[in-house]
Amino acid sequence: MKIVVCVKTTLPSEAQVRVEGGQLVFDNTPQIINPWDEYAVEAALQQKEALGGTVTALSLGNEQANVALKHALAMGADDAIRIGDPALAAIDTLAAARLLAAAIRKLGGVDLVCFGRQAIDGDSGVTPAQTARLLGWPALTLASAVKIEAGQIRVERSIEEGRQIVTAALPAVLSVVKDFAEPRYPTFMGKRKADRAEIPVWSLADLGLPAPAALVTWGEFSEPPRRTAQCEMIAGASPAEIAEKLADKILAEKIL
Amino acid sequence: MNIWVYIDHFKGTPLPVSWEALGLAKRLGNAAAVMLGNHLDEAVQAAFDFGADSVLLADDPALADYRAEAFASTLSAAAAAQTPDLLLFPTTSRGREVAAMTAADLNAGLLVDVTALEVAAPGVVATRPVYGGKVLVREVCASKPALVTLRGRAFPKPEQQTGRSGPVTKIEVKAETQTSVAGYTTSEGVSLSDANVIVSGGRGLTVFPGLDEKSAAAKGFALLGELAAVLNGAVGASRAVVDAGFIPYAHQVGQTGKLVSPDLYIACGISGAIQHLAGMRTAKVIVAINTDPHAPIFQVAQYGVVGDLYQIVPALTAALKKKLGK
Ligand SMILES: Cc1cc2nc3c(=O)[nH]c(=O)nc-3n(C[C@H](O)[C@H](O)[C@H](O)COP(=O)(O)OP(=O)(O)OC[C@H]3O[C@@H](n4cnc5c(N)ncnc54)[C@H](O)[C@@H]3O)c2cc1C
Ligand SMILES: Nc1ncnc2c1ncn2[C@@H]1O[C@H](COP(=O)(O)O)[C@@H](O)[C@H]1O
Repeated sequence: MKIVVCVKTTLPSEAQVRVEGGQLVFDNTPQIINPWDEYAVEAALQQKEALGGTVTALSLGNEQANVALKHALAMGADDAIRIGDPALAAIDTLAAARLLAAAIRKLGGVDLVCFGRQAIDGDSGVTPAQTARLLGWPALTLASAVKIEAGQIRVERSIEEGRQIVTAALPAVLSVVKDFAEPRYPTFMGKRKADRAEIPVWSLADLGLPAPAALVTWGEFSEPPRRTAQCEMIAGASPAEIAEKLADKILAEKIL
Repeated sequence: MNIWVYIDHFKGTPLPVSWEALGLAKRLGNAAAVMLGNHLDEAVQAAFDFGADSVLLADDPALADYRAEAFASTLSAAAAAQTPDLLLFPTTSRGREVAAMTAADLNAGLLVDVTALEVAAPGVVATRPVYGGKVLVREVCASKPALVTLRGRAFPKPEQQTGRSGPVTKIEVKAETQTSVAGYTTSEGVSLSDANVIVSGGRGLTVFPGLDEKSAAAKGFALLGELAAVLNGAVGASRAVVDAGFIPYAHQVGQTGKLVSPDLYIACGISGAIQHLAGMRTAKVIVAINTDPHAPIFQVAQYGVVGDLYQIVPALTAALKKKLGK
């Protein structure tokens, strides 16, 4: 099994993000692997453990992308590749998918590509399906359970109504959700290996692609409207009295 | 402006957020509902009732089960031939995926999970929350068509007028098969995204004198369930109680759970961590019940009660029951 896992470096979810003059301002929280991608690495490693083979971590971005790649290596990925090029400043999901698909093709002989459900910066959750489409491979998204046998993959997908059980022939693209399995922690040995790893960089020229044109561009940022009113505290002599007052407040909102 | 609206449904039952997309399309131009599946007669009628000007229909046994590649191929072939200006999708698991693939097929731009949208030069301009809702970004899509998925409950649902009708045009089925559906398990289905009212519980539900955490949580969630029932609402949860195994993941609200925008969100024993707020801060009215007056949840709540949820929740259930005449 030749497995690829796509990982992205993001700000941690607890980071402060603000807007000044239409631009984003971050605090200096160190960046991390996108939390969803840890599940993707876990899924990739479990398949490798069950069936043998290799896991290659792939990330598109500037040097910061190495944070996610090194985390994947520390968890147990065999090697890592970064797609990086000065011409790749602002790209949209489709352009990212095109680059990831090109790198997966260049690797050759890939059986399975694992993705996280979504990146917690752009919150799009569309790159896995777009990459699958560009590769012409089946997309098995939102997978909470995966089983591969004799070149066939069987996945339970988490959908609004419960789970849909889907099968396909490899090669295939997966995206993994949280109830797949808790991701393992990096091991001490894994961290040492990751620290020492020299991660190769593939440029647009290496992938044989022109500089992508973004069909979607990000304009100015703003802060979500703040709640102007302070929280109104409801107090009373007994739970019944408090509940009485609170029920009146809720009913007065005319939302029920 | 010709707008296609992808109507998401499960086995012929449309998800209500599809109608919100239809409502927006009607305000912007001519709204065609695109319906792919099998045995869709009732769903087609519902699309007209919710305002569709016309329906583009692929009703075929090969589309009986949702399969991403077949649905996307059918939609993108029709869109390539008939060149609509804008395609709207509800941000559901299927809507997001069909939109993603169709955008790839058409080499078109895709705006995901938007909460506001306008059509202006140079194209479609949308606002959407990013970084877990901490900030909003304006995105511009200059391609034709533009593809946009709409966040549930961000746009008003149109009034249903029964008995409307309009032209139904068949579109060609592209029943490409890369995947097959082996079945469903539908036990854990809870539709938080469509709920008007959500009553959510957190780690505060796990401490009750004389009970272990598991029994305390069971007792607590039973109380929340009674309150939710009086309000015709759904029960949500923080990650803390999901990870502890006290309630299935399908109930989790937050950055790594569901993003919800109910009219009323009642947070019980939830501290209000930033990742939880990311999933519910857009609720219209937030009520917090917490023993700790400094809990961050009170900073986003309209109404707060500093108190024990095991006492306040049943009292609130009783008070609302009486006042609502139930
Ligand atoms: C990457 C990442 C993603 C995450 N995603 C999510 C997510 O999607 N959703 C999510 O919820 N969390 C998420 N978290 C976890 C989040 O950071 C918090 O740990 C979690 O939300 C805490 O849950 P809680 O509020 O139930 O528990 P706590 O923070 O422990 O709060 C319990 C609260 O209950 C109150 N309380 C105790 N007893 C009572 C009582 N008898 N009556 C009333 N109040 C009482 C306490 O005062 C306290 O405020 C994520 C974290 C990370 C790092
Ligand atoms: N720049 C990137 N490099 C590698 N993988 C990515 C990148 N962006 C997104 N992905 C993958 O695609 C998934 C979904 O991302 P998104 O569609 O951006 O929300 C992530 O969880 C990653 O697995």
